Amino acid sequence: MTNPNALLHRRAVVDELLRDRGDLLVIAGLGAPNWDVSATGDHPNNFPLWGAMGSAAMMGLGLAIAQPKRKVLVITGDGEMLMSVGALATIAVERPANLTVAVLDNERFGETGMQKTHTASGVDLAGMAAAAGIRTARIVRTAAEVTDIRDLAHQGSGPVFAQIKIHPEALVFVLPPADGGILTTRFRQSVLGDSSLYN
Amino acid sequence: MADPRLKKTPSQTPAALPSWPDDVYRVLKEADVRQVGVVPDAGHSRLIRTFEADSAVRVVTLTTEEEGVAMLAGAWLGGQRGVLLLQSSGVGNCINMLSLPSICRMPLLMLVTMRGDWGEFNPWQIPMGQGTAAVLEAMGVIVTRADEPDAVAPTVWGAANLAFNTWRPAAVLIGQRVLGAKHFKELARK
Repeated sequence: MTNPNALLHRRAVVDELLRDRGDLLVIAGLGAPNWDVSATGDHPNNFPLWGAMGSAAMMGLGLAIAQPKRKVLVITGDGEMLMSVGALATIAVERPANLTVAVLDNERFGETGMQKTHTASGVDLAGMAAAAGIRTARIVRTAAEVTDIRDLAHQGSGPVFAQIKIHPEALVFVLPPADGGILTTRFRQSVLGDSSLYN
Repeated sequence: MADPRLKKTPSQTPAALPSWPDDVYRVLKEADVRQVGVVPDAGHSRLIRTFEADSAVRVVTLTTEEEGVAMLAGAWLGGQRGVLLLQSSGVGNCINMLSLPSICRMPLLMLVTMRGDWGEFNPWQIPMGQGTAAVLEAMGVIVTRADEPDAVAPTVWGAANLAFNTWRPAAVLIGQRVLGAKHFKELARK
């Protein structure tokens, strides 16, 4: 049995993944990963999702293809990733060097009453990513390993997949802007410049 | 030998080499499409081959159609335009994901080849084929249709302009009359 006290805390994990983020582009999956990324700091280069469950990894792929010189980090949850495991196969085939997908795995559907997800029964997302062909696919349990993922996300030798085992704690929500138009416009303005405001 | 594309054929049996996919390719290039998400359909095969031969365009084969909705949202965030090529049955897979372009005011261009439509033989294609337009419209997608080969490229041109100039999801349904209806009993005999 894993000692729950030894598990990583999600906001400390996200703080470390986003340390000295530079021009990193971040997609945050809906629910707690969105609030975690926002707790570290709202930023125009964040795209925090409030819905469209299952979209985070593939949004990361489309963004990584469109911006090959930038590094893209997807931070999402185990429930969200389980909904789109096919995306692991698509990402493996496309081999985006500038994409890292980090799954904060609390083995729970956190927003809906902490019901167990499949990972609680041992489903090995990192193993599935590796089997799909993502060569750097790891289960992460320590702060030092989180730092390794943070560094890999900045190096551009991906794709990288990390299943980060975290404490199933429920924390206070930290909310970014909710309007999709605002989130889209500010992200594009930050990444593409003011010209993106015009047709 | 005469170019078979110039031969007039009855609409039940479209020409072996229809020219409309080439016209659609030109329209999409003009629209600066750079990412193409695909769950293949026979009706899109010529367009897919043309895009695959174009080094300026990234063709991404998807495991399911909603991956493409998400991918093209990411593409738009990164400044690239794209198109999703799918069959009508795949529209059902996209329903909740269509929240993304709708609520985020992002363009999404979908080219949907129809099944469960004119001349369909397979009864299992009927529910989603008949529901395709209603589902898209329920999710806020602007739907236009082409039922003749010559109408496909202009309809795609119109939808591309709607999508990319008004930042909205738009779909073109390419009718089975354009594509030709399969007849499984004939296929089974061969």
